Amino acid sequence: MELAPIFAWIYDLLISLGLSVALADLVSQIGLAVFVFSLLCVLALFLVWWERKISAHIQQRFGPMMTGWHGVFQTVMDALKLLQKEDITPTVADRGVFFWAPVIVFTCAFAAYIVIPFGKGLIVSDLNIGILYIIAITTFTIIGLMMAGWGSNNKYALLGGMRSAAQVVSYEVPLVLSIMGVVMVTGSMSMNDIVAAQSGWAGFRWNIIFQPLGFVIYIIAATAEANRTPFDLPEAEQELVAGFNIEYSGMKFAMFFLAEFVNMFTVSAIATTVFLGGWNGPLLPSWMWFLGKTLAMVFVLMWFRWTFPRLRVDQLMEFAWKVLLPLAFVNIIYVGVLALWLK
Amino acid sequence: MEMLIFAVAAIVALASAVMVIAVKNPVGGVLFLIMSIAAQTVLYIMLSGIFVAAFMILVYAGAIMVLFLFVIMMLNLRHADLGPDSLRRVKPLAWVFGSVLLAELVWVSMAASMPASGIDETFGSVPAVSRLLYGKFVYPFELTSVLLLAAIIGAVVMARKGS
Repeated sequence: MELAPIFAWIYDLLISLGLSVALADLVSQIGLAVFVFSLLCVLALFLVWWERKISAHIQQRFGPMMTGWHGVFQTVMDALKLLQKEDITPTVADRGVFFWAPVIVFTCAFAAYIVIPFGKGLIVSDLNIGILYIIAITTFTIIGLMMAGWGSNNKYALLGGMRSAAQVVSYEVPLVLSIMGVVMVTGSMSMNDIVAAQSGWAGFRWNIIFQPLGFVIYIIAATAEANRTPFDLPEAEQELVAGFNIEYSGMKFAMFFLAEFVNMFTVSAIATTVFLGGWNGPLLPSWMWFLGKTLAMVFVLMWFRWTFPRLRVDQLMEFAWKVLLPLAFVNIIYVGVLALWLK
Repeated sequence: MEMLIFAVAAIVALASAVMVIAVKNPVGGVLFLIMSIAAQTVLYIMLSGIFVAAFMILVYAGAIMVLFLFVIMMLNLRHADLGPDSLRRVKPLAWVFGSVLLAELVWVSMAASMPASGIDETFGSVPAVSRLLYGKFVYPFELTSVLLLAAIIGAVVMARKGS
């Protein structure tokens, strides 16, 4: 069942209850924000559990089993535990910077969902610079990470923050260039237009079919952007204990943790929307297709984590600038020729 | 509502711009600069320059400021390292020139006429901006890339000299 008519029905209900259009708009926008926020929180809790189960099964363990069916409530319990923990601010920390860092990371992680099309008509706001907006707002996360690293006044935290800055700035370039190929073909940056351009032909108009190289570059760069293994140097446990979030406890730590999983879902959702045809698909409702494809991408990212060892810092930088960037340029030239030929 | 958003954004932009030079800590200065840029982004969005706004965040806040932060954190300056205030003598001059500049700005903005309307639906959208960049302003635009290339080559040459 499609969800867009339900939202339209609720909106009409608000109008028929005697609310003015402006007030109904305000109420429905606040309602949407709360809905998306709670959906993402639940998803993040689920993803944490999923990651633990997948890692366990890849290593031939069971993972959490005690709370609920196959430990499904494990992360709920973890969240409750984190809520009760003492909120510690180190005496040597820069209090303002230390406080605002998780807020910025958290806000930026959720702000990306304004332009993600969850299904047919299920988009909070279809900005005409949609994909550029997501890239911009997720880049802003890095400032939060650096603030956390510096504000903690801890050498491990500082190293973690610096590493993530160097990494994200480097991998940003191939990431943007890989998405540029799709924008060139679509002729628009709006997320709805990108999805619409991939409908029909029984899935053979998905951008992954014509731009497999672009997809591979995107997924590698996105793994690095989300600070996930094999690019998890900012939080390399063996070297940095925990990286930028080492001094954080309780809810502030939970905010970093939640933002990390939301970011993983974001990069998968972008991969789905930009390369895998978005919510297009037969029979099932569109939001199910979107969720299914995105969760499949999340699974691939988790699979990466338990398959590849971590890169060295110099390898990381060389790979970004000497391998991914030239490949991204090749992809752009290829897409340009393709677009001209298709015309 | 629009006035309120404008007022908040403008006050935040100006106040944090003042804080950039007022705070003792260099990292704090960069963070306030980022805050100022974020507030300016709101102003750009209100002027329907949403493409420019996205690039303010992406390029200025997301890349250039991150490099600023990176370098300043790497140097890890403490207040004592900066030495005594070497600019103390020129401070009166700075006040003089600052007030002259302020007066000039006020004078110019009072005299300037600002047409309120005259922009259409497509103003500030990606096709409109790119049509200007690659049409009317193609020579300045391409010259900028030559300038940037020269700067990159210069940086590489200087880095080589050291080793």
